[in-house]
Amino acid sequence: MKTKNNKVVAYNKWGYIFLIPFFAIFTIFQLIPLFTTIYNSFFENYRVGLEQIGPKFVGLANYVKLITKGHLLFYAGNTMIMWLIGFIPQIFVSLLLAAWFTDPSLRLKGQRFFKTVIYLPNLIMAAAFAMLFFTLFGGSKHAPINALLISMGILKKPFDFFASVWATRSLVGLMNFLMWFGNTTILLMAGMMGIDQSLFEAAEVDGATSTQIFFKITLPLLRPILVYVLITSLIGGLQMFDVPQILTNGSGQPVNSTMTMIMELNKHLYSKNLGMGGALSTVLFIITGILSFIVYKLTMKGQES
Amino acid sequence: MKKGVKKALCVALAAGMIVPMAACGSKGGSAEKTGGDAKTQTTKSGGEGKVLNIQCWNDEFARRLRDHYPDFKPTDKENPTKGGTIGDVKVKFTVTPSDNNAYQNNLDEVLPKNADAKDDSKVDLFLIEADYARKYINTKTPVTEKIADLGITDADLANQYQYTKDVVTDSKGDLRGVSWQGCPGLLIYNRSIAKAMWGDDSPETVQQHVKDWDTFNATAAELKAKNYKVEATVNDSYRVYSQNATEPWVDKNGKIQIDDNIMKWVDDSKKLVDAGETGTDDLWSDGWKAGFKAPGDTFCYFGPAWLINFSMGNAPDSDKGDDGSIAYQGGWGACEGPQSFNWGGTWICAAKGTDNKTLIADIMKKMTCDKDTMLDIVKKDSDFVNNQPAMEEAAKDDSYAFKVLGGQNPLPLFCEGAKKISMKNLSDYDQGCTESFQKAMKDYFTGNASKDEALNNFYSDVMKKYPNLTK
Repeated sequence: MKTKNNKVVAYNKWGYIFLIPFFAIFTIFQLIPLFTTIYNSFFENYRVGLEQIGPKFVGLANYVKLITKGHLLFYAGNTMIMWLIGFIPQIFVSLLLAAWFTDPSLRLKGQRFFKTVIYLPNLIMAAAFAMLFFTLFGGSKHAPINALLISMGILKKPFDFFASVWATRSLVGLMNFLMWFGNTTILLMAGMMGIDQSLFEAAEVDGATSTQIFFKITLPLLRPILVYVLITSLIGGLQMFDVPQILTNGSGQPVNSTMTMIMELNKHLYSKNLGMGGALSTVLFIITGILSFIVYKLTMKGQES
Repeated sequence: MKKGVKKALCVALAAGMIVPMAACGSKGGSAEKTGGDAKTQTTKSGGEGKVLNIQCWNDEFARRLRDHYPDFKPTDKENPTKGGTIGDVKVKFTVTPSDNNAYQNNLDEVLPKNADAKDDSKVDLFLIEADYARKYINTKTPVTEKIADLGITDADLANQYQYTKDVVTDSKGDLRGVSWQGCPGLLIYNRSIAKAMWGDDSPETVQQHVKDWDTFNATAAELKAKNYKVEATVNDSYRVYSQNATEPWVDKNGKIQIDDNIMKWVDDSKKLVDAGETGTDDLWSDGWKAGFKAPGDTFCYFGPAWLINFSMGNAPDSDKGDDGSIAYQGGWGACEGPQSFNWGGTWICAAKGTDNKTLIADIMKKMTCDKDTMLDIVKKDSDFVNNQPAMEEAAKDDSYAFKVLGGQNPLPLFCEGAKKISMKNLSDYDQGCTESFQKAMKDYFTGNASKDEALNNFYSDVMKKYPNLTK
């Protein structure tokens, strides 16, 4: 008995040792930067030209400035709108594809091939993908999409996609959709395949239609995975940066309508403004925390009861 | 025994995970250490460095060096930015594009620490543009060497245009950079369009149709009737208006101000865009460049000599052959345009702490003071160089005609323009303000924002870039 106990203790020790690399990396690259960011947000600290101003403790002045003059809500709105434009079609298409791929009665051919194909856009760098779209959707009549639409007779003169608020936002949404629906499909498929097959068989025996099976069995049992997909996509969406940054050359045009919160954060780097940057990051951290918490609570409610 | 093996294996595995991190840590440490060593080395030896590090944003300077500084032997003739040698000194170019301020961000990081950097990696020479020259010239702690300290005398510089010296003179009156270029701008027009419109493509005739802004705008309507664009984008004429402003972007108290002439650009441009007489593309974009291709639907561009030779396409005598550009057919002409202006220019600075002072001084003298070299630049590269007597001489000599301009010699026009250039409105914030202003006004031109909204966006954008400024 005694020896057995010792063994458990001994294994625990190894467990902790194996965890050290993670915690060391987490502390150095995440925890310390997190706290220094919060710390920096209370200081006036930036550069004008090559001259350093500060650091000088200013309390909450950066936060006040951010909320009263920083158009924070506007940028948050932009971010969420562009996330929704990408996420709504993404979740529908992914659910549909996942349902088809996992349905044994459909006997789909070439599954492996299609699974690879839908995942491929995710392998392209977002920056390269954005450059591609930037070139394709250029405003001049020589740009590929405009040239195509004109030669097909749909447009008379070139349409400047990047001068239209909704066209630009939709392009960002479309790119995020294309890049991520494959990934989401694979996650949802994993979730669907984890559901006990006997449930489907029982439902079929009882005469349920495939629509009924999907809504009454698949979806409710898929909730944990859906929650996970929603939360990770939301957090990813809040941190949206590379696609709109490259697509609009960092300007967030037109009228700042594609300026996301991280792009705004990036703007403060122009003057190496650690104070304002820190304040914005802290706010972003709090928003991310709250949103994740709400979504988690809401979707878990049914399961607890 | 077995237990021992297991234990050893575990330790090895754990070590395998931790060691790479530790390695990273020690790497940083050793770099610091060598940095320290280098510092003591420089103080000991007074000799010149073996590596000449050059910071730039494109290949213009590298090509000038290749073509006009005979001692420079590039390793790759086609792409001189890959470096080469000058005598036994290795030349290394670090090219950082200007986009999104990347070039300056890079300089901001390396220059303040440059004096303490390792000999072979310290910046020796860097290039700057007029828009942000003040930032590196007028610093409290200098990041550039005085030109006088390099052994270049006032007599050497006597022939340079005064404005090119004003731009890089600090508040104490010390010159801290030199330029080989002068950048007076002209209106560069498409000859075939001029012929189609007025039956004559001579500069005198065309000038009559663009002699002031009212005439220019009336001409825009005429051109529109025949499906031509007066200019590629509204941003083309921006410099012409802004260089004729009477107030700098920022006043003495750090308040942002918009000059009346710049507001006139906004109003005139809005009318042009609304009438469909031009577009709102960004400079350097594909839409902007489209007018360089033959036959072209863009009547004119505004620019200095470097625009003609560096951006518009291959010259007729280029060994690269026909690239389908109007330039290759010699299809451009030049006239003064509505107002005289200047745009850009590249200055050479010696970085504080450089260990190649003699070499840098020689490059500067050769490229910016030596008359023969400079005339050679004019002849081979159709640039306008920073040497007043030489340019005035060349203006009278038809052998300096630009092939790109169909054999027209624009130097008399450039010389006239260069005399009028004044840089008294230069501020430390020009580049940031100009970029933000063009960006914000685009929303107004395209109808996405009202004028007030666009102006507010401009102010908030600038105050983000320069938190010390007020509205």
